[in-house]
Amino acid sequence: MRAFRVFVQKEFYHILRDRWTTIILLALPILMIILFGFGITTEIRNTKFAVYDPAGDFTTRGIINKLESSEYFTLERYLSSPDQIEQLFREGKTGFAVVFSDEQILLVADGTDPNTASILTNYATALINSYLEESAVRQAGGGAATNVAGDPPVAAATAAARRTITPEIRLLYNPSLKSAYNIVPGIMGMILMLICAMMTSVSIAREKELGTMEVLLVSPMKPFLIILSKIVPYFTISVINYITILILSVYVLKVPIAGSLILLSGLSLLFIMVSLLLGILISSLVEKQIVALLISGMLLMMPAVFLSGLMFPIESMPEVLQWLSHILPVKWFIIAVRNVMIKGLGFSSIIKEVAILTGMAAVILAVSIKKFKFRLE
Amino acid sequence: MLKYLLEKEFKQFFRNKALPKMAVIMPFMAILIFPLVANFEIKNINLAIVDNDKSSTSRAMVQKIAAGGYFSISQVADTHNEAMIDIELNKSDIILEIPANLERDIQRDGTAKVLVSANAVSATKGGLGSAYLAGIVGDFNREINSDILTMSELTMSEQFTITPRFWYNPRLLYTYFMVPALMVMVLAMVCGFLPALNIVGEKESGTIEQINVTPVSKLNFILSKLLPYWIIGFVVLTISFLAAWVAYGLTPAGSLATIYLFAALFVLAFSGFGLVISNYATTLQQAMFMMFFFVLTFIFMSGLYTPVANMPQWAQNLSIISPLKYIIVVLRQVYLKGSTFSDLLTPFWMLSGFAILFNGWAVLSYRKKS
Repeated sequence: MRAFRVFVQKEFYHILRDRWTTIILLALPILMIILFGFGITTEIRNTKFAVYDPAGDFTTRGIINKLESSEYFTLERYLSSPDQIEQLFREGKTGFAVVFSDEQILLVADGTDPNTASILTNYATALINSYLEESAVRQAGGGAATNVAGDPPVAAATAAARRTITPEIRLLYNPSLKSAYNIVPGIMGMILMLICAMMTSVSIAREKELGTMEVLLVSPMKPFLIILSKIVPYFTISVINYITILILSVYVLKVPIAGSLILLSGLSLLFIMVSLLLGILISSLVEKQIVALLISGMLLMMPAVFLSGLMFPIESMPEVLQWLSHILPVKWFIIAVRNVMIKGLGFSSIIKEVAILTGMAAVILAVSIKKFKFRLE
Repeated sequence: MLKYLLEKEFKQFFRNKALPKMAVIMPFMAILIFPLVANFEIKNINLAIVDNDKSSTSRAMVQKIAAGGYFSISQVADTHNEAMIDIELNKSDIILEIPANLERDIQRDGTAKVLVSANAVSATKGGLGSAYLAGIVGDFNREINSDILTMSELTMSEQFTITPRFWYNPRLLYTYFMVPALMVMVLAMVCGFLPALNIVGEKESGTIEQINVTPVSKLNFILSKLLPYWIIGFVVLTISFLAAWVAYGLTPAGSLATIYLFAALFVLAFSGFGLVISNYATTLQQAMFMMFFFVLTFIFMSGLYTPVANMPQWAQNLSIISPLKYIIVVLRQVYLKGSTFSDLLTPFWMLSGFAILFNGWAVLSYRKKS
């Protein structure tokens, strides 16, 4: 047991005496939380727009005012001719212009960024329509509305008494519509995957490449314990990072933990185990650090970012890629964390995900035991 | 002297098993596969209906919603709680609950409420979905009022037609938005990571000692590490152009010469950055992590996914230091809008500045003495 402790100590020294790696390992979650939490926002605020308004009458000015007073738009400038739009767009100064003519309102949007363009035109259309409707009601109000269908006279007396169904909207789980709610579980998955799988695989491959693995293997320690001593430090760092992420997301991003903290932690421990095993599996297959880096980078990190539903909705992807995403442990972890942490659901809601992750752990363990060479070549 | 060093670097590159293949496969992978994945589009929002009224009005409303195209009705539940189970299982995204007596209330009082509960874990989906739904209910209101709408109201709302028009990308293809940016990503990977790993590789295998005992000057050494990636960058970029053309029929609206000019500057700047990292790192693992850390920051500050203008002010200020931001703007503008050099002076000066800064730093921080 003492020997094991010494081995673990050696591994800790390996990491802690490499100052840069330690700093980055511990700072990475902080950076990611800040970048993803604040940098990725699909909200649109104060978009600059240009106006061409040759008539300048009451209605067009009313519309411009309506747009300007909303939080989405800020008036950049009036144009003296629609031809100026081209230059403005090309220089990237604005991406939206409203062109009034006799009978139509042309909303010109820079389609380079399709999402922003369609959101902007939707907002503008809604604002203009609501302005036109309001002014119609103002005009009709007071004047007796003709009652064609023979409704009760009360209902038809003024235009304001029109029949309306109002939708009452409740936004479940995330009432203020913050994108951080969706992203925190993703970052958690990504960081734990990165540190456990990538770091473990690289550090074992490094011992192989430098030849020091031989030195370890000829020691009286059991090979199983050698590997175990390798994963203890990364396990510790992962737990620290997990705590950092939780603290930052609760206090900085204001994403509360809706469900049980114990369940969430248990789930994360399970995922950390899966990732560590994955790291060992990779290192048992490769001899060189650079290959281990590339494999964990290409096969684990990229899919973790792109296929896991962290940023892009999985259901918008082609069928084949959706199937592919099923084999990623991180995808199941993210779904389960969303259920527990954001939705506040209990264990019964994540039985499927826990079962899949446990199954993956068992398979990976079996394969790596079979593949790992404990003998000297 | 430089000639022989360059020859060595090229031989090292081409005699490596993986690297030349990677340089060719990467652009294809990125251009062909990523646009399929990197898609924020919200399709098929699953709607659960709880119709407590079961009147002709409520049925007409449901029909109108189903016909809109945004929603597919995933469940018709009897109670709110039943529908909530599907929300929890992620089978439906939004519940529309129609109260009992909707038809009676609307006839008698003129107002009624329907309850929309959206799963907002994904803010985009929840927010957009409920907004679409509210829009359809608004349209439905106009329909049930069509009998009593006064003449003046009808003429007023029909006085203007609102026509949206999308320039440069009329069909609003997300691919067109992503592909030019993905070319930059590939360039950054090949021309940033490889030089960073290169010098560290020499350090780890000890061959840098051999360079240190030769009369090779610092400048020549850095140039010999820089130029190969510069050339490889051009090859990679050209492959990306071809892939975009073959796969999506996407060709630049502006001139290729402008793109190559800016790409040359960017590669110079970014390889320089990679060299700076490799001068400070002592092991491959360190170099990889440092690059990962910075590249991630640069990418998120670059507006690759979401426009920089939507970020909070401090993030916008910080984005000035991301070289990726400028080159992505250039590629998108030239590719889609056909912007010319004179439209792009700011990115030009910024990239030139980065190129001088990073390469100067790389030369200065390379120590022949250890």
